[in-house]
Amino acid sequence: MTDLTRLTAAETAAAIASGETSAVDVAQAHLDRIAAVDEKVNAFLHVDTEGALAAARAVDERRASGGELGPLAGVPLALKDVFTTEGVPTTCGSKILEGWKPPYDATLTRRLKEAGVVVLGKTNMDEFAMGSSTENSAYGPTGNPWDLTRIPGGSGGGSSAALAAFEAPLAIGTDTGGSIRQPAAVTGTVGVKPTYGAVSRYGLVAFSSSLDQGGPCARTVLDAALLHEAIAGHDPLDSTSIDAPVPAVVEAARAGATGDLRGVRVGVVKEFSGEGYQAGVMQRFTESVELLRELGAEVVELSCPSFTYAMPAYYLIAPSEASSNLARFDAMRYGLRVGDDGTRSAEEVTALTREAGFGAEVKRRIMLGTYALSSGYYDAYYGQAQKVRTLITRDFEAAFGRVDVLVSPTTPTTAFPIGERADDPLAMYLADLCTIPSNLAGNAAMSLPCGLPRGRSAGRSPDHRPGDGRRPALPCRCRGGDRVHRTLGPPAA
Amino acid sequence: MPGITREEVSHLARLSRLELQDEELDHFAEQLDVIIGAVARVGEIAADDIPPTSHPLPLTNVMRPDVVRPSLTPEQALSGAPAAEQQRFKVPQILGED
Repeated sequence: MTDLTRLTAAETAAAIASGETSAVDVAQAHLDRIAAVDEKVNAFLHVDTEGALAAARAVDERRASGGELGPLAGVPLALKDVFTTEGVPTTCGSKILEGWKPPYDATLTRRLKEAGVVVLGKTNMDEFAMGSSTENSAYGPTGNPWDLTRIPGGSGGGSSAALAAFEAPLAIGTDTGGSIRQPAAVTGTVGVKPTYGAVSRYGLVAFSSSLDQGGPCARTVLDAALLHEAIAGHDPLDSTSIDAPVPAVVEAARAGATGDLRGVRVGVVKEFSGEGYQAGVMQRFTESVELLRELGAEVVELSCPSFTYAMPAYYLIAPSEASSNLARFDAMRYGLRVGDDGTRSAEEVTALTREAGFGAEVKRRIMLGTYALSSGYYDAYYGQAQKVRTLITRDFEAAFGRVDVLVSPTTPTTAFPIGERADDPLAMYLADLCTIPSNLAGNAAMSLPCGLPRGRSAGRSPDHRPGDGRRPALPCRCRGGDRVHRTLGPPAA
Repeated sequence: MPGITREEVSHLARLSRLELQDEELDHFAEQLDVIIGAVARVGEIAADDIPPTSHPLPLTNVMRPDVVRPSLTPEQALSGAPAAEQQRFKVPQILGED
Protein backbone atom coordinates (compact mmCIF):
# COMPACT_ATOMS: atom_id res chain seq x y z
CA MET A 1 0.00 0.00 0.00
CA THR A 2 1.27 3.45 -0.88
CA ASP A 3 1.81 6.04 1.83
CA LEU A 4 -1.64 7.62 2.11
CA THR A 5 -0.17 10.96 3.17
CA ARG A 6 1.62 11.32 -0.17
CA LEU A 7 -1.51 11.22 -2.32
CA THR A 8 -3.15 14.30 -3.77
CA ALA A 9 -6.65 15.16 -2.61
CA ALA A 10 -8.07 14.00 -5.95
CA GLU A 11 -6.24 10.66 -5.69
CA THR A 12 -7.33 10.26 -2.07
CA ALA A 13 -10.99 10.84 -2.89
CA ALA A 14 -10.79 8.38 -5.79
CA ALA A 15 -9.15 5.71 -3.63
CA ILE A 16 -11.87 6.08 -1.00
CA ALA A 17 -14.67 6.08 -3.56
CA SER A 18 -13.34 2.92 -5.22
CA GLY A 19 -12.91 1.13 -1.90
CA GLU A 20 -9.16 0.83 -2.38
CA THR A 21 -8.80 2.43 1.05
CA SER A 22 -11.17 3.81 3.68
CA ALA A 23 -11.67 7.33 4.94
CA VAL A 24 -10.80 6.11 8.44
CA ASP A 25 -7.48 4.68 7.23
CA VAL A 26 -6.70 7.94 5.44
CA ALA A 27 -7.58 10.02 8.51
CA GLN A 28 -5.55 7.74 10.78
CA ALA A 29 -2.52 7.93 8.48
CA HIS A 30 -2.59 11.72 8.67
CA LEU A 31 -3.17 11.75 12.43
CA ASP A 32 -0.15 9.43 12.77
CA ARG A 33 1.88 11.72 10.54
CA ILE A 34 0.90 14.72 12.70
CA ALA A 35 1.86 12.81 15.84
CA ALA A 36 5.23 11.98 14.28
CA VAL A 37 6.28 15.41 12.95
CA ASP A 38 4.17 18.19 14.40
CA GLU A 39 6.19 18.52 17.59
CA LYS A 40 8.91 19.91 15.31
CA VAL A 41 6.76 21.70 12.74
CA ASN A 42 4.08 23.17 15.09
CA ALA A 43 1.57 23.53 12.26
CA PHE A 44 -1.41 22.63 14.46
CA LEU A 45 -2.76 24.50 17.47
CA HIS A 46 -5.42 21.87 18.04
CA VAL A 47 -5.78 18.36 16.63
CA ASP A 48 -9.37 17.11 16.69
CA THR A 49 -8.68 13.36 16.65
CA GLU A 50 -12.18 12.31 17.70
CA GLY A 51 -13.95 14.70 15.34
CA ALA A 52 -11.76 13.68 12.42
CA LEU A 53 -12.28 9.95 12.94
CA ALA A 54 -16.04 10.44 13.41
CA ALA A 55 -16.25 12.42 10.16
CA ALA A 56 -14.22 9.74 8.38
CA ARG A 57 -16.44 6.95 9.74
CA ALA A 58 -19.51 8.82 8.48
CA VAL A 59 -18.01 8.87 4.96
CA ASP A 60 -17.21 5.15 5.10
CA GLU A 61 -20.72 4.35 6.33
CA ARG A 62 -22.24 6.47 3.60
CA ARG A 63 -20.27 4.57 0.99
CA ALA A 64 -21.17 1.20 2.52
CA SER A 65 -24.87 2.09 2.38
CA GLY A 66 -24.61 3.10 -1.26
CA GLY A 67 -24.82 6.85 -0.63
CA GLU A 68 -23.34 9.32 -3.06
CA LEU A 69 -19.91 10.73 -2.19
CA GLY A 70 -18.82 14.25 -3.13
CA PRO A 71 -15.54 14.87 -4.98
CA LEU A 72 -13.64 15.46 -1.71
CA ALA A 73 -15.43 12.98 0.57
CA GLY A 74 -13.04 11.57 3.14
CA VAL A 75 -10.14 13.89 2.26
CA PRO A 76 -8.38 15.34 5.33
CA LEU A 77 -7.95 19.08 5.72
CA ALA A 78 -6.11 21.49 8.03
CA LEU A 79 -8.28 24.49 8.93
CA LYS A 80 -6.79 27.87 9.78
CA ASP A 81 -7.69 28.74 13.36
CA VAL A 82 -9.52 31.89 12.30
CA PHE A 83 -12.71 30.08 11.21
CA THR A 84 -15.18 29.19 13.95
CA THR A 85 -15.78 25.51 14.64
CA GLU A 86 -18.66 24.58 16.93
CA GLY A 87 -17.34 23.09 20.16
CA VAL A 88 -13.74 23.01 18.87
CA PRO A 89 -11.27 25.65 20.16
CA THR A 90 -10.77 28.72 17.96
CA THR A 91 -7.97 31.05 19.05
CA CYS A 92 -6.89 33.11 16.00
CA GLY A 93 -3.38 32.58 17.40
CA SER A 94 -4.25 34.92 20.28
CA LYS A 95 -4.18 34.61 24.06
CA ILE A 96 -7.33 36.69 24.19
CA LEU A 97 -9.32 33.74 22.76
CA GLU A 98 -7.45 30.94 24.55
CA GLY A 99 -9.87 28.15 25.42
CA TRP A 100 -12.82 29.69 23.55
CA LYS A 101 -15.12 27.11 21.98
CA PRO A 102 -17.44 28.86 19.51
CA PRO A 103 -21.15 27.99 19.73
CA TYR A 104 -21.48 27.91 15.93
CA ASP A 105 -19.75 26.81 12.73
CA ALA A 106 -18.54 29.26 10.11
CA THR A 107 -20.31 28.81 6.77
CA LEU A 108 -17.01 27.53 5.36
CA THR A 109 -16.73 24.98 8.19
CA ARG A 110 -20.28 23.83 7.57
CA ARG A 111 -19.67 23.45 3.83
CA LEU A 112 -16.53 21.39 4.45
CA LYS A 113 -18.50 19.07 6.74
CA GLU A 114 -21.32 18.77 4.21
CA ALA A 115 -18.76 17.86 1.52
CA GLY A 116 -17.49 15.02 3.71
CA VAL A 117 -14.11 16.70 4.14
CA VAL A 118 -12.38 15.45 7.30
CA VAL A 119 -11.17 18.41 9.38
CA LEU A 120 -8.05 17.22 11.22
CA GLY A 121 -7.65 20.30 13.37
CA LYS A 122 -6.88 24.00 13.53
CA THR A 123 -3.65 25.49 12.22
CA ASN A 124 -1.25 28.02 13.65
CA MET A 125 -1.25 31.62 12.38
CA ASP A 126 -0.03 35.10 13.09
CA GLU A 127 -2.32 36.57 15.73
CA PHE A 128 -5.59 37.65 14.07
CA ALA A 129 -3.86 37.04 10.70
CA MET A 130 -1.51 40.01 11.17
CA GLY A 131 1.92 39.00 9.94
CA SER A 132 3.96 37.30 7.25
CA SER A 133 5.87 34.68 9.24
CA THR A 134 3.54 33.06 11.84
CA GLU A 135 5.98 34.35 14.48
CA ASN A 136 3.21 36.59 15.80
CA SER A 137 1.28 33.57 17.09
CA ALA A 138 0.86 33.57 20.86
CA TYR A 139 1.50 29.82 20.71
CA GLY A 140 5.00 29.84 19.24
CA PRO A 141 6.26 29.95 15.65
CA THR A 142 5.71 27.27 12.99
CA GLY A 143 8.77 25.87 11.23
CA ASN A 144 9.06 25.66 7.46
CA PRO A 145 9.15 21.90 6.73
CA TRP A 146 11.89 22.48 4.13
CA ASP A 147 14.12 24.04 6.80
CA LEU A 148 12.71 24.23 10.30
CA THR A 149 14.86 27.25 11.22
CA ARG A 150 13.00 29.32 8.64
CA ILE A 151 9.52 30.83 8.52
CA PRO A 152 6.67 29.06 6.67
CA GLY A 153 5.18 32.41 5.66
CA GLY A 154 2.23 34.06 7.26
CA SER A 155 -0.27 34.64 8.42
CA GLY A 156 -1.32 31.15 7.32
CA GLY A 157 2.01 29.45 8.06
CA GLY A 158 0.36 26.57 9.90
CA SER A 159 -1.75 25.70 6.87
CA SER A 160 1.14 25.92 4.38
CA ALA A 161 3.46 23.95 6.68
CA ALA A 162 0.82 21.23 7.21
CA LEU A 163 0.67 20.75 3.42
CA ALA A 164 4.44 20.80 2.91
CA ALA A 165 5.00 18.33 5.77
CA PHE A 166 2.34 15.94 4.38
CA GLU A 167 0.21 16.36 7.50
CA ALA A 168 -2.79 17.12 5.25
CA PRO A 169 -3.40 17.22 1.48
CA LEU A 170 -5.70 20.23 1.78
CA ALA A 171 -5.81 23.32 3.95
CA ILE A 172 -7.77 26.53 4.33
CA GLY A 173 -6.22 29.97 4.61
CA THR A 174 -7.38 33.56 4.62
CA ASP A 175 -5.80 36.27 2.53
CA THR A 176 -6.08 39.92 3.59
CA GLY A 177 -2.77 41.10 2.10
CA GLY A 178 -1.12 37.85 1.01
CA SER A 179 -1.65 35.44 3.91
CA ILE A 180 -2.55 32.52 1.61
CA ARG A 181 -0.17 33.26 -1.27
CA GLN A 182 3.06 34.21 0.50
CA PRO A 183 3.00 31.07 2.73
CA ALA A 184 2.35 29.00 -0.41
CA ALA A 185 5.31 30.65 -2.15
CA VAL A 186 7.81 29.88 0.61
CA THR A 187 6.65 26.29 1.18
CA GLY A 188 6.38 25.14 -2.45
CA THR A 189 2.60 24.75 -2.28
CA VAL A 190 -0.38 26.23 -4.12
CA GLY A 191 -2.45 29.00 -2.56
CA VAL A 192 -5.44 30.81 -4.02
CA LYS A 193 -6.98 34.08 -2.93
CA PRO A 194 -10.43 33.95 -4.51
CA THR A 195 -12.23 37.02 -5.78
CA TYR A 196 -13.47 39.08 -2.83
CA GLY A 197 -16.93 37.79 -1.95
CA ALA A 198 -16.48 34.35 -3.55
CA VAL A 199 -16.12 32.52 -0.22
CA SER A 200 -18.36 33.42 2.73
CA ARG A 201 -16.83 35.39 5.59
CA TYR A 202 -19.55 34.33 8.04
CA GLY A 203 -17.67 32.85 11.00
CA LEU A 204 -14.31 34.11 9.74
CA VAL A 205 -13.03 36.23 12.63
CA ALA A 206 -12.71 39.67 11.05
CA PHE A 207 -9.38 41.47 10.64
CA SER A 208 -10.02 43.87 7.73
CA SER A 209 -13.49 43.27 6.40
CA SER A 210 -13.12 44.91 3.00
CA LEU A 211 -10.02 42.79 2.27
CA ASP A 212 -10.40 39.45 4.14
CA GLN A 213 -11.04 36.45 1.91
CA GLY A 214 -10.88 32.74 2.73
CA GLY A 215 -9.52 30.36 0.15
CA PRO A 216 -7.99 27.00 -0.73
CA CYS A 217 -4.43 25.77 -0.10
CA ALA A 218 -3.15 22.52 -1.60
CA ARG A 219 -0.14 20.81 -3.15
CA THR A 220 -1.61 20.78 -6.67
CA VAL A 221 -3.69 23.18 -8.75
CA LEU A 222 -6.43 20.59 -9.32
CA ASP A 223 -6.76 19.98 -5.56
CA ALA A 224 -7.04 23.73 -4.94
CA ALA A 225 -9.75 23.96 -7.59
CA LEU A 226 -11.69 21.03 -6.08
CA LEU A 227 -11.51 22.68 -2.66
CA HIS A 228 -12.59 26.04 -4.04
CA GLU A 229 -15.72 24.53 -5.56
CA ALA A 230 -16.54 22.95 -2.18
CA ILE A 231 -16.27 26.18 -0.18
CA ALA A 232 -17.34 28.93 -2.62
CA GLY A 233 -20.81 30.17 -3.37
CA HIS A 234 -23.41 32.64 -2.22
CA ASP A 235 -24.20 32.82 1.50
CA PRO A 236 -27.13 34.88 2.74
CA LEU A 237 -25.32 35.19 6.09
CA ASP A 238 -22.56 37.30 4.47
CA SER A 239 -23.96 40.42 2.85
CA THR A 240 -20.78 40.86 0.78
CA SER A 241 -21.05 37.36 -0.67
CA ILE A 242 -21.28 37.27 -4.48
CA ASP A 243 -24.73 36.14 -5.61
CA ALA A 244 -23.70 34.32 -8.79
CA PRO A 245 -22.80 30.75 -9.80
CA VAL A 246 -19.31 29.53 -8.84
CA PRO A 247 -17.04 29.49 -11.92
CA ALA A 248 -16.10 26.00 -13.12
CA VAL A 249 -12.52 26.12 -11.84
CA VAL A 250 -12.09 22.32 -11.71
CA GLU A 251 -12.89 22.07 -15.40
CA ALA A 252 -10.50 24.97 -16.02
CA ALA A 253 -7.75 23.27 -14.01
CA ARG A 254 -8.12 20.08 -16.06
CA ALA A 255 -8.11 22.07 -19.32
CA GLY A 256 -5.06 24.06 -18.21
CA ALA A 257 -3.15 20.86 -17.51
CA THR A 258 -2.92 20.21 -21.25
CA GLY A 259 -0.27 22.93 -21.33
CA ASP A 260 -1.52 24.71 -24.44
CA LEU A 261 -1.38 28.46 -23.87
CA ARG A 262 -1.80 29.60 -27.46
CA GLY A 263 -3.94 32.73 -27.61
CA VAL A 264 -3.33 33.62 -23.97
CA ARG A 265 -1.89 37.07 -23.26
CA VAL A 266 0.33 37.31 -20.19
CA GLY A 267 1.48 40.59 -18.63
CA VAL A 268 4.62 40.82 -16.52
CA VAL A 269 4.24 43.61 -13.97
CA LYS A 270 7.31 45.83 -14.32
CA GLU A 271 7.01 47.36 -10.86
CA PHE A 272 7.62 44.02 -9.13
CA SER A 273 11.33 43.58 -9.77
CA GLY A 274 14.57 45.36 -9.04
CA GLU A 275 15.93 46.34 -5.63
CA GLY A 276 14.93 44.02 -2.82
CA TYR A 277 14.13 41.06 -5.11
CA GLN A 278 16.51 38.14 -4.60
CA ALA A 279 18.43 37.05 -7.68
CA GLY A 280 17.37 33.42 -7.21
CA VAL A 281 13.70 34.36 -7.03
CA MET A 282 13.95 36.48 -10.17
CA GLN A 283 15.83 33.75 -12.01
CA ARG A 284 13.14 31.13 -11.32
CA PHE A 285 10.43 33.65 -12.11
CA THR A 286 12.03 34.58 -15.44
CA GLU A 287 12.41 30.91 -16.32
CA SER A 288 8.72 30.25 -15.70
CA VAL A 289 7.70 33.27 -17.78
CA GLU A 290 9.89 31.85 -20.54
CA LEU A 291 8.07 28.53 -20.16
CA LEU A 292 4.72 30.29 -20.58
CA ARG A 293 6.09 31.69 -23.84
CA GLU A 294 7.25 28.23 -24.96
CA LEU A 295 3.76 26.91 -24.29
CA GLY A 296 2.33 29.44 -26.70
CA ALA A 297 1.45 32.44 -24.51
CA GLU A 298 2.04 35.93 -25.76
CA VAL A 299 4.08 37.67 -23.04
CA VAL A 300 4.35 41.44 -22.68
CA GLU A 301 5.81 43.65 -19.98
CA LEU A 302 3.51 46.34 -18.68
CA SER A 303 3.43 48.99 -16.00
CA CYS A 304 0.97 49.41 -13.14
CA PRO A 305 2.41 52.60 -11.63
CA SER A 306 0.06 52.83 -8.63
CA PHE A 307 1.12 49.39 -7.39
CA THR A 308 4.15 50.95 -5.72
CA TYR A 309 1.72 52.74 -3.39
CA ALA A 310 -0.22 49.57 -2.56
CA MET A 311 1.84 48.67 0.52
CA PRO A 312 1.51 52.10 2.20
CA ALA A 313 -2.21 52.23 1.36
CA TYR A 314 -2.73 48.74 2.74
CA TYR A 315 -0.99 49.55 6.02
CA LEU A 316 -3.44 52.39 6.52
CA ILE A 317 -6.65 50.67 5.37
CA ALA A 318 -6.12 47.28 7.05
CA PRO A 319 -5.11 48.67 10.48
CA SER A 320 -7.97 51.18 10.34
CA GLU A 321 -10.51 48.42 9.80
CA ALA A 322 -8.73 46.23 12.37
CA SER A 323 -8.86 48.93 15.04
CA SER A 324 -12.63 48.89 14.67
CA ASN A 325 -13.09 45.12 14.23
CA LEU A 326 -10.94 44.19 17.22
CA ALA A 327 -12.94 46.47 19.51
CA ARG A 328 -15.17 43.43 20.00
CA PHE A 329 -12.52 41.89 22.24
CA ASP A 330 -13.67 43.81 25.29
CA ALA A 331 -13.59 41.04 27.95
CA MET A 332 -17.37 41.16 28.39
CA ARG A 333 -19.01 38.40 26.33
CA TYR A 334 -16.35 35.82 25.56
CA GLY A 335 -12.61 35.28 25.73
CA LEU A 336 -10.11 36.46 28.31
CA ARG A 337 -11.02 38.75 31.23
CA VAL A 338 -8.21 40.17 33.38
CA GLY A 339 -8.29 42.34 36.52
CA ASP A 340 -11.97 42.00 37.42
CA ASP A 341 -11.44 42.20 41.20
CA GLY A 342 -14.60 44.12 42.06
CA THR A 343 -12.81 47.49 42.31
CA ARG A 344 -12.15 48.19 38.64
CA SER A 345 -14.57 49.61 36.09
CA ALA A 346 -15.52 47.77 32.93
CA GLU A 347 -13.34 50.17 30.91
CA GLU A 348 -10.30 49.45 33.09
CA VAL A 349 -10.90 45.70 32.84
CA THR A 350 -11.17 45.99 29.05
CA ALA A 351 -7.85 47.88 28.81
CA LEU A 352 -6.05 45.46 31.17
CA THR A 353 -7.42 42.46 29.28
CA ARG A 354 -6.41 43.79 25.87
CA GLU A 355 -2.96 44.64 27.20
CA ALA A 356 -2.54 41.08 28.50
CA GLY A 357 -4.32 39.30 25.65
CA PHE A 358 -2.95 40.97 22.50
CA GLY A 359 0.59 40.60 21.16
CA ALA A 360 2.84 43.43 19.97
CA GLU A 361 1.86 43.40 16.28
CA VAL A 362 -1.85 43.50 17.05
CA LYS A 363 -1.30 46.42 19.45
CA ARG A 364 0.79 48.24 16.83
CA ARG A 365 -1.89 47.86 14.18
CA ILE A 366 -4.76 48.86 16.46
CA MET A 367 -2.90 52.04 17.41
CA LEU A 368 -1.85 52.73 13.81
CA GLY A 369 -5.48 52.38 12.70
CA THR A 370 -6.69 54.58 15.54
CA TYR A 371 -4.13 57.17 14.47
CA ALA A 372 -5.07 57.01 10.77
CA LEU A 373 -8.76 57.44 11.59
CA SER A 374 -8.40 60.26 14.12
CA SER A 375 -9.68 63.69 13.20
CA GLY A 376 -6.95 65.85 11.75
CA TYR A 377 -5.19 62.85 10.19
CA TYR A 378 -8.15 61.13 8.51
CA ASP A 379 -7.92 62.90 5.12
CA ALA A 380 -4.13 62.68 4.87
CA TYR A 381 -3.97 58.99 5.75
CA TYR A 382 -7.14 56.90 5.53
CA GLY A 383 -8.82 59.14 2.95
CA GLN A 384 -5.74 59.29 0.76
CA ALA A 385 -5.26 55.50 1.03
CA GLN A 386 -8.82 54.98 -0.25
CA LYS A 387 -7.98 57.08 -3.30
CA VAL A 388 -4.86 55.01 -3.93
CA ARG A 389 -7.17 52.00 -3.80
CA THR A 390 -9.18 53.49 -6.66
CA LEU A 391 -6.00 54.09 -8.71
CA ILE A 392 -4.83 50.51 -8.16
CA THR A 393 -8.19 49.19 -9.34
CA ARG A 394 -7.88 51.38 -12.44
CA ASP A 395 -4.36 50.04 -13.10
CA PHE A 396 -5.76 46.50 -13.05
CA GLU A 397 -8.59 47.48 -15.39
CA ALA A 398 -6.16 49.07 -17.84
CA ALA A 399 -3.85 46.03 -17.67
CA PHE A 400 -6.71 43.58 -18.22
CA GLY A 401 -7.65 45.56 -21.31
CA ARG A 402 -4.35 44.39 -22.80
CA VAL A 403 -3.72 40.96 -21.24
CA ASP A 404 -5.65 38.03 -19.78
CA VAL A 405 -3.45 37.43 -16.78
CA LEU A 406 -0.74 39.29 -14.85
CA VAL A 407 2.29 37.56 -13.36
CA SER A 408 4.92 38.55 -10.82
CA PRO A 409 6.96 36.88 -8.10
CA THR A 410 4.68 36.19 -5.12
CA THR A 411 7.14 37.60 -2.60
CA PRO A 412 10.57 39.22 -3.10
CA THR A 413 12.57 36.64 -1.13
CA THR A 414 12.64 33.01 -0.15
CA ALA A 415 11.79 31.98 3.43
CA PHE A 416 13.83 34.07 5.84
CA PRO A 417 15.20 32.76 9.15
CA ILE A 418 12.85 32.76 12.16
CA GLY A 419 13.66 35.86 14.22
CA GLU A 420 15.29 37.85 11.41
CA ARG A 421 12.45 40.38 11.01
CA ALA A 422 10.58 39.69 14.26
CA ASP A 423 11.09 43.16 15.74
CA ASP A 424 11.31 45.10 12.47
CA PRO A 425 7.68 45.56 11.41
CA LEU A 426 8.48 47.45 8.22
CA ALA A 427 10.88 44.76 6.97
CA MET A 428 8.16 42.19 7.66
CA TYR A 429 5.59 44.22 5.70
CA LEU A 430 7.78 44.02 2.57
CA ALA A 431 6.97 40.30 2.26
CA ASP A 432 3.51 41.29 0.99
CA LEU A 433 4.67 43.86 -1.53
CA CYS A 434 3.45 41.95 -4.61
CA THR A 435 0.34 40.35 -3.15
CA ILE A 436 -1.42 43.40 -1.69
CA PRO A 437 -2.72 45.02 -4.94
CA SER A 438 -5.15 42.13 -5.58
CA ASN A 439 -6.62 42.49 -2.11
CA LEU A 440 -7.16 46.20 -2.56
CA ALA A 441 -8.85 45.65 -5.95
CA GLY A 442 -10.68 42.48 -4.84
CA ASN A 443 -9.59 40.28 -7.75
CA ALA A 444 -8.53 36.64 -7.61
CA ALA A 445 -4.87 35.70 -7.45
CA MET A 446 -2.84 32.59 -6.81
CA SER A 447 0.69 31.51 -6.00
CA LEU A 448 2.30 28.52 -7.69
CA PRO A 449 5.66 26.91 -7.01
CA CYS A 450 8.24 27.80 -9.66
CA GLY A 451 11.30 26.04 -8.35
CA LEU A 452 13.90 26.05 -5.65
CA PRO A 453 16.44 28.85 -5.64
CA ARG A 454 19.32 27.57 -3.51
CA GLY A 455 17.21 24.81 -2.09
CA ARG A 456 14.33 26.96 -0.92
CA SER A 457 10.97 27.48 -2.41
CA ALA A 458 9.94 30.48 -4.49
CA GLY A 459 6.50 31.22 -5.85
CA ARG A 460 4.97 33.20 -8.63
CA SER A 461 1.70 34.93 -8.54
CA PRO A 462 -0.70 35.37 -11.43
CA ASP A 463 -3.48 37.89 -10.86
CA HIS A 464 -6.83 37.52 -12.52
CA ARG A 465 -9.63 39.83 -13.32
CA PRO A 466 -12.52 39.54 -10.85
CA GLY A 467 -14.88 36.65 -11.40
CA ASP A 468 -12.98 35.08 -14.27
CA GLY A 469 -13.10 31.40 -13.46
CA ARG A 470 -11.23 30.06 -16.45
CA ARG A 471 -7.92 31.77 -16.02
CA PRO A 472 -6.57 30.34 -12.74
CA ALA A 473 -5.73 27.09 -14.48
CA LEU A 474 -3.36 28.60 -16.99
CA PRO A 475 0.05 28.37 -15.46
CA CYS A 476 -0.22 25.01 -13.74
CA ARG A 477 2.45 23.56 -15.97
CA CYS A 478 5.14 25.90 -14.79
CA ARG A 479 8.56 24.40 -14.25
CA GLY A 480 8.70 22.51 -10.98
CA GLY A 481 5.08 23.45 -10.47
CA ASP A 482 2.92 20.65 -9.21
CA ARG A 483 5.76 18.23 -9.20
CA VAL A 484 8.05 19.86 -6.63
CA HIS A 485 6.73 17.72 -3.82
CA ARG A 486 6.58 14.54 -5.80
CA THR A 487 10.22 14.63 -6.69
CA LEU A 488 11.89 16.10 -3.65
CA GLY A 489 9.73 16.04 -0.59
CA PRO A 490 10.59 18.43 2.19
CA PRO A 491 13.52 17.64 4.50
CA ALA A 492 11.35 17.22 7.60
CA ALA A 493 9.53 14.32 5.91
CA MET B 1 6.22 65.02 9.02
CA PRO B 2 6.56 65.49 12.78
CA GLY B 3 7.68 62.35 14.62
CA ILE B 4 5.22 60.53 16.85
CA THR B 5 5.95 61.12 20.53
CA ARG B 6 5.68 58.93 23.59
CA GLU B 7 2.76 61.10 24.75
CA GLU B 8 0.91 60.58 21.48
CA VAL B 9 1.36 56.82 21.78
CA SER B 10 0.02 57.01 25.30
CA HIS B 11 -3.03 58.88 23.99
CA LEU B 12 -3.53 56.36 21.16
CA ALA B 13 -3.27 53.51 23.65
CA ARG B 14 -5.95 55.11 25.80
CA LEU B 15 -8.26 55.52 22.79
CA SER B 16 -7.51 51.91 21.81
CA ARG B 17 -8.22 50.59 25.34
CA LEU B 18 -4.71 49.22 25.78
CA GLU B 19 -3.14 49.59 29.23
CA LEU B 20 0.42 49.75 27.87
CA GLN B 21 3.50 49.30 30.08
CA ASP B 22 6.06 52.13 30.23
CA GLU B 23 8.70 50.26 28.24
CA GLU B 24 6.12 49.48 25.54
CA LEU B 25 5.41 53.20 25.09
CA ASP B 26 9.01 53.92 24.11
CA HIS B 27 9.31 50.89 21.86
CA PHE B 28 6.01 51.51 20.07
CA ALA B 29 6.74 55.23 19.65
CA GLU B 30 9.94 54.36 17.82
CA GLN B 31 8.28 51.71 15.62
CA LEU B 32 5.10 53.63 14.86
CA ASP B 33 7.22 56.60 13.86
CA VAL B 34 8.99 54.49 11.23
CA ILE B 35 5.75 52.90 10.01
CA ILE B 36 3.87 56.20 9.77
CA GLY B 37 6.81 57.70 7.91
CA ALA B 38 6.56 54.87 5.37
CA VAL B 39 2.79 54.89 4.91
CA ALA B 40 2.72 58.68 4.58
CA ARG B 41 3.91 58.05 1.01
CA VAL B 42 0.25 57.79 0.00
CA GLY B 43 0.33 61.60 0.18
CA GLU B 44 2.68 61.73 -2.83
CA ILE B 45 -0.16 60.87 -5.18
CA ALA B 46 -2.07 63.89 -6.44
CA ALA B 47 -5.59 62.63 -6.07
CA ASP B 48 -7.91 65.59 -5.62
CA ASP B 49 -10.24 64.39 -8.36
CA ILE B 50 -9.99 60.68 -7.52
CA PRO B 51 -13.02 59.18 -5.75
CA PRO B 52 -12.24 57.01 -2.69
CA THR B 53 -12.83 53.23 -2.71
CA SER B 54 -13.97 51.76 0.59
CA HIS B 55 -14.86 48.33 -0.70
CA PRO B 56 -14.14 46.14 -3.76
CA LEU B 57 -17.76 45.29 -4.54
CA PRO B 58 -20.32 47.80 -5.81
CA LEU B 59 -22.90 46.83 -3.19
CA THR B 60 -25.48 48.94 -1.45
CA ASN B 61 -27.73 47.68 1.31
CA VAL B 62 -28.34 43.94 1.17
CA MET B 63 -31.69 43.13 2.77
CA ARG B 64 -33.51 39.93 3.68
CA PRO B 65 -37.16 39.37 4.57
CA ASP B 66 -37.83 40.26 8.22
CA VAL B 67 -38.67 36.72 9.27
CA VAL B 68 -37.85 35.06 12.60
CA ARG B 69 -35.40 32.20 12.18
CA PRO B 70 -33.47 29.92 14.53
CA SER B 71 -30.56 31.52 16.38
CA LEU B 72 -28.31 30.74 19.34
CA THR B 73 -30.00 29.71 22.56
CA PRO B 74 -29.24 31.83 25.65
CA GLU B 75 -27.04 28.98 26.93
CA GLN B 76 -25.05 28.91 23.69
CA ALA B 77 -24.72 32.68 23.58
CA LEU B 78 -23.43 32.74 27.17
CA SER B 79 -21.23 29.65 26.78
CA GLY B 80 -18.04 31.70 26.40
CA ALA B 81 -18.88 34.47 28.87
CA PRO B 82 -16.24 35.23 31.53
CA ALA B 83 -19.16 35.66 33.98
CA ALA B 84 -22.90 35.21 33.63
CA GLU B 85 -25.90 35.62 35.91
CA GLN B 86 -29.62 35.13 35.36
CA GLN B 87 -29.12 34.46 31.63
CA ARG B 88 -27.18 37.69 31.20
CA PHE B 89 -23.56 38.69 30.67
CA LYS B 90 -22.19 39.82 34.04
CA VAL B 91 -19.81 42.75 33.60
CA PRO B 92 -17.78 45.00 35.92
CA GLN B 93 -19.21 48.33 37.01
CA ILE B 94 -19.83 50.62 34.05
CA LEU B 95 -20.93 53.88 35.71
CA GLY B 96 -19.15 55.60 38.62
CA GLU B 97 -20.38 55.41 42.24
CA ASP B 98 -21.75 58.95 42.27
